Amino acid sequence: MAKRIDATNVTAYYGSFKAIENINLTVEPKTVTALIGPSGCGKSTFLRSINRMHEVLPGARVEGDLTIDGQNIYDRDVDVTAVRRTIGMVFQRPNPFPTMSIFENVVAGLRLNGLRKKSVLNEAAERALRAANLWDEVKDRLGKPGAGLSGGQQQRLCIARTIAVEPQVVLMDEPCSALDPISTLAIEDLMFQLKDKFTIIIVTHNMQQAARVSDRTAFFSIEKTGDPGRLIEYDNTQKIFSNPTQKKTEDYITGRFG
Amino acid sequence: MGETPSRSADAGTGGIRVASGQERPAGAPARVAESPVSTRTPGGDGLGGGGGLPRARAFGAERAFRGLTLAAGTTVLVIIAAIAGFLIAKAVPALRADTANFWTYEGWSPNDTTPRFGIGTLAFGTVLSSALALLIAVPVALGIALFLSHYAPRRLGTALGFLIDLLAAVPSVVFGLWGRDVFVAPVRDLSAWLNQYFGWIPIFGGDGPFGKSIMLGSLVLAIMVLPIVTSLSREVFLQTPTANEEAALALGATRWEMIRTAVLPYGRPGIIAAVMLGLGRALGETIALAMTLGITFGVSFNLIENGGNTIAANIANAFGEANDTGRGALIASGLVLFTITLIVNITARAIVHRRREFTESAA
Repeated sequence: MAKRIDATNVTAYYGSFKAIENINLTVEPKTVTALIGPSGCGKSTFLRSINRMHEVLPGARVEGDLTIDGQNIYDRDVDVTAVRRTIGMVFQRPNPFPTMSIFENVVAGLRLNGLRKKSVLNEAAERALRAANLWDEVKDRLGKPGAGLSGGQQQRLCIARTIAVEPQVVLMDEPCSALDPISTLAIEDLMFQLKDKFTIIIVTHNMQQAARVSDRTAFFSIEKTGDPGRLIEYDNTQKIFSNPTQKKTEDYITGRFG
Repeated sequence: MGETPSRSADAGTGGIRVASGQERPAGAPARVAESPVSTRTPGGDGLGGGGGLPRARAFGAERAFRGLTLAAGTTVLVIIAAIAGFLIAKAVPALRADTANFWTYEGWSPNDTTPRFGIGTLAFGTVLSSALALLIAVPVALGIALFLSHYAPRRLGTALGFLIDLLAAVPSVVFGLWGRDVFVAPVRDLSAWLNQYFGWIPIFGGDGPFGKSIMLGSLVLAIMVLPIVTSLSREVFLQTPTANEEAALALGATRWEMIRTAVLPYGRPGIIAAVMLGLGRALGETIALAMTLGITFGVSFNLIENGGNTIAANIANAFGEANDTGRGALIASGLVLFTITLIVNITARAIVHRRREFTESAA
């Protein structure tokens, strides 16, 4: 249930603007990897190119190789929807489908895969909601609108929706930036549990969070505005935060830059 | 923002003046009273800069504006009441004079010495032609709207959207002329073909003549309704939050699945509103139908034979030679049309309201 990701010379563009350049990175299965760096350094762009969500924007494209267990997801004959089903994504702002109930939100992905049987859906919904630590809070109101939950609950609902389709990898784009500290803690706890089953990559602006939840940390940076983002350093989280090799990394994590 | 500081500055000075006026008669003590104020709020007269609060103004732009809007709102009610009163006052004598059953009689001769007229066939024709027009127009309109909002390149979408809006600006009499003189030929051919091969279905039966039929009227009506439904639903589709679209895509949805999961449910109330506006236009459309329908009185589901009539078209056709009773009868038919429109609108509101819990939390 968890796969290894290899990025080789990944370069991504928005139209003619090069957002990231030559990213080389390997993510081991069943680990949490944090991507940190100043705003505009391309960490979100890189994250979105891992499940081919980058190319959704008009004019956006990716060059280079990105393989998941050896298979290049940018190969011509690869079905992009299969890639996104294998590599799920949780967004910065909780985005449950506003017209759907809690239950319908969780099973939305399964319905897209053609699952119709009520008993199967019920079971999958409960499993996903339990895995997202949300079951006890919502089990009595599964028919209520998902958008009526609190921000933190909504985000866990989105995580449940993502893991309900049983992906191999879960990408999280600043999943806690719109949440209060208690909800943030709930989601961080959840990440610890989820890494037993999934490979997790998280973009975060919160360095304490990166230090708390991740096994490995990648530091991205840019020279100046308009330059493409580059991977500066990638190592065990402990090493990055205690004894980084690069001066830039040290400056960033000690708050002297960015 | 720019107004706030000056207002609070007023509040500060006003407060001091009130305090000095009440407690101290002279100017000098007032200056003394001023100094603690400025020390308490460094940087000048901040919000709530000491002293009492200023009095609310008895009359100002706020009240004047409230009065204006209230007057405007009341005017609407007055106008509606006046119209309703006029219509009823004119309709009742004619209805009294009607020697046939107003609801079921199939015919319209209110100008005779024994007036006989009935609304049934007209109401039926109105509802049938409008329903048919919507049945044709709505799927096409939604298709166009989705294409413009989610498939076409942005520039093409904008250009096509403009063209569609232009279609809405064509006067209905032009549509009527075009339908009567040009469009009738292909419709007649199609009708003959349908009659030949599908004549066993009652709606395509009959012996002709074909052409100036409910089908022609509904098709013309459909073209007229199309731009309204298209541009409104396009606006609604464009408002779908990107976050929801991306959520669907990230779950592995194809573009069509994304539209089904995120765009259509989100736009549902808007689509219903668009369809209802279209229906409103179709029900009230007058001249285009007066020109394209065969104008007969009879309840028939046959779509292709010459015939059909609607309330509005009948008013346009019959008003010229109507006497007092005749005009009253037409006004009565107008009241019925008004009621039909009202029922349609209430139904639409009820549908939108039923899912309120979900649509409101969407905002």
